[in-house]
Amino acid sequence: MTNIVEDSKSNQSPLISVKSLTKIFGANEDQVTSLDNSEINKNQILQDYGAVVALNNVSFDVYPEETFVVMGLSGSGKSTLVRCLLRLIEPSSGEILVNETDILLFDNNQLMEFRRNEMAMVFQHFGLLPHRNVLDNAAYGLEIKGISKEERYIIAKDMLVKVGLDGWEEARTSELSGGMQQRVGLARALTVDPTILLMDEPFSGLDPLIRRQMREELAELQKELQKTIVFITHDLDEAVSIADRIAIMRDGEITQLGTPEEIITNPADDFIKEFTRDISQTRVLTIQSIASELEQVFNTNGNVADIISSMENSGKDFAFIIDDESKLLGFVDKNSIDDMPDNADINDMKLTSVEQIHESTVIEDVVSMTLENPYPIPIIDDDDVLTGLATHDAILQAFAVNAVQQQSS
Amino acid sequence: MVINDIPEKDNTNIPMKKSKLQYVAKNKAVVLIAIAILAILVSFFLRFIDVRFFLDFPLDFEWAVKSRMNNGLDWLVINGAWFFDTTSYWIKVWLGKLKGFLQWMPWPIFSALLLAIAWKIGGRKIALLALCALFYIGVMDLWDSAMITVAIMLVSVSLSIMIGLPLGVLGSRSETADKILKPILDGMQTMPSFVYLVPGIMFFGLGNVSAIIATVLYSIPPCIRLTNLGIRQVDYQVIEAGTSFGSNRMQLLTKIQIPLAIPTIMAGINQTIMMALAMSTIAAMVGAGGLGQDVLVSMGQLDQGGAFIAGMGIVLMAIIIDRITQGYIESSQQLVTTRE
Repeated sequence: MTNIVEDSKSNQSPLISVKSLTKIFGANEDQVTSLDNSEINKNQILQDYGAVVALNNVSFDVYPEETFVVMGLSGSGKSTLVRCLLRLIEPSSGEILVNETDILLFDNNQLMEFRRNEMAMVFQHFGLLPHRNVLDNAAYGLEIKGISKEERYIIAKDMLVKVGLDGWEEARTSELSGGMQQRVGLARALTVDPTILLMDEPFSGLDPLIRRQMREELAELQKELQKTIVFITHDLDEAVSIADRIAIMRDGEITQLGTPEEIITNPADDFIKEFTRDISQTRVLTIQSIASELEQVFNTNGNVADIISSMENSGKDFAFIIDDESKLLGFVDKNSIDDMPDNADINDMKLTSVEQIHESTVIEDVVSMTLENPYPIPIIDDDDVLTGLATHDAILQAFAVNAVQQQSS
Repeated sequence: MVINDIPEKDNTNIPMKKSKLQYVAKNKAVVLIAIAILAILVSFFLRFIDVRFFLDFPLDFEWAVKSRMNNGLDWLVINGAWFFDTTSYWIKVWLGKLKGFLQWMPWPIFSALLLAIAWKIGGRKIALLALCALFYIGVMDLWDSAMITVAIMLVSVSLSIMIGLPLGVLGSRSETADKILKPILDGMQTMPSFVYLVPGIMFFGLGNVSAIIATVLYSIPPCIRLTNLGIRQVDYQVIEAGTSFGSNRMQLLTKIQIPLAIPTIMAGINQTIMMALAMSTIAAMVGAGGLGQDVLVSMGQLDQGGAFIAGMGIVLMAIIIDRITQGYIESSQQLVTTRE
């Protein structure tokens, strides 16, 4: 969704830091936990101790305002992982640091306060209270914090409007469709204004159309609310479309952790490769990756004659004009420059304004621009500095390469 | 060749084991019959030589246990008198007020109220049924007795709920409590209903109070069991969601578990009411008034007609209360059902 995280990852401290988290299910939990980590072999442990290794030495960091997606098939331990973050399931060993405090050391009261204020969760099966109406469901988190009825109804109503349930306050949850029930679930989680939002396959139970719609609405909400989201899914397509970073889980271990781009373009093993097959690379590759070097770019200090000669030499009938700070001022084509006298100052030229693309934009989002505009698309960085150009040929090539790869695999 | 050897070995082993087992099984029957014959022969022999030691059990603790228990109960009756007297007093006051009120209330008012409740909760059919029952009780001159029975039911069922609900909740939350409660409840439910009259008479003497105590003891198990079950059956996903928002145990219980267990708890209360009504004739033996007493007295006078009329009153009352509570259970069931 945003590129902020990647840029600042190095100088920001993580909001959640999970360190060698292990969860063993079964009677001999303690015995198995005390085993040497490197020796853990799941089948052996199942045979010897009758215990199941749900999470094996899982470590990762989540940075503030990031959307961190944990992806895996059923049985990969992703649901166990997200429940450990709230201690709905007690981990066998490891550390979970939130704001540099280990939540596994919390006593009951601290844990309750933590759940009430820091993290809220949205569940796959909604977990709504069927005996309450929509408004009371949405206000549940505030109610148990002891906030007065008037106050919590105001906040909850506001949040219901945000998730698109205006006017449904008095309805029973059983009267709502699945998508609407999950909106209630989302509103309930957001009313407590948590720092971290945990979402356990929130859209898996919904129709594909509703699922996409909810995803888009979540993205909109996220722009406004700027929460840190830990999102669980079994759907790589979903993961790629919302994630800043993805952790892929298999058999209780994280097998690859990286940006959607890294995972699609460079899958760590055959298992992940199999997943990524159906995802078009153009959905994750940024425009920066296919940028060509700057050409036909002129500073305002130059003169019109240079531009004309350059056009004639290269056979390219366009030019980009930048200022002293390398910011794009505009664009001229051959027709308009031919009308100018040879000794004219560049500053006097009438420039056409042109749409600029941020370097983190994915290729797929740029394709439509090639229809309207026959010229290369200028690419800028965070400081609006022109860094490269995306030619139509390069964009076409990216699609072609992807098509070939999908066919061959 | 080598591969062929292994199955051959197995094949020879398995039939051998089987035949051995069959041999043992046949043998067992023979041995059992032999033991039985031997036992009978030895019995004849012991009867013949007539030694006391073999014919009467050499030890006798019955006297010791019986007298200890009797002494203990006597001690409890004397030293616990203040407790039993106060309890008895308050139940009497409560019952007296309620009985007085119900008998004072003119029949049209009571009927109208009951019909309204039946209509609201159970619908037209049940209201009609209630109307018939009220008519029957009126024309058969059972009104006063019926009001006494209603008063006794109200008091004993309220007591059952007041004690049963917390015990049910306790059983659902603590495995230890559940393990202790279960055998006691099993015992209570297999106990013949007459037995419950005993502690009532011992501690409270004859009268309505011991009848109420007996009724409570007899009718409380379903209330405890179904409260326990109802809370345990609440969808764990809803509990998990509640926990994730930081609910403490009390909030989980009052805001999620009990509201969602209401249909099951109500089913337990329904059973409790039915059992309490079933107890009303038996409780009349220790002095409970009302329809049960009418049945008992008529029986004593060999007046089968009278007994039938009063008995029918109890049955009708049971049916109406059952239908109304069932109606309530159904509507509350709809309220707590999750739909995905």
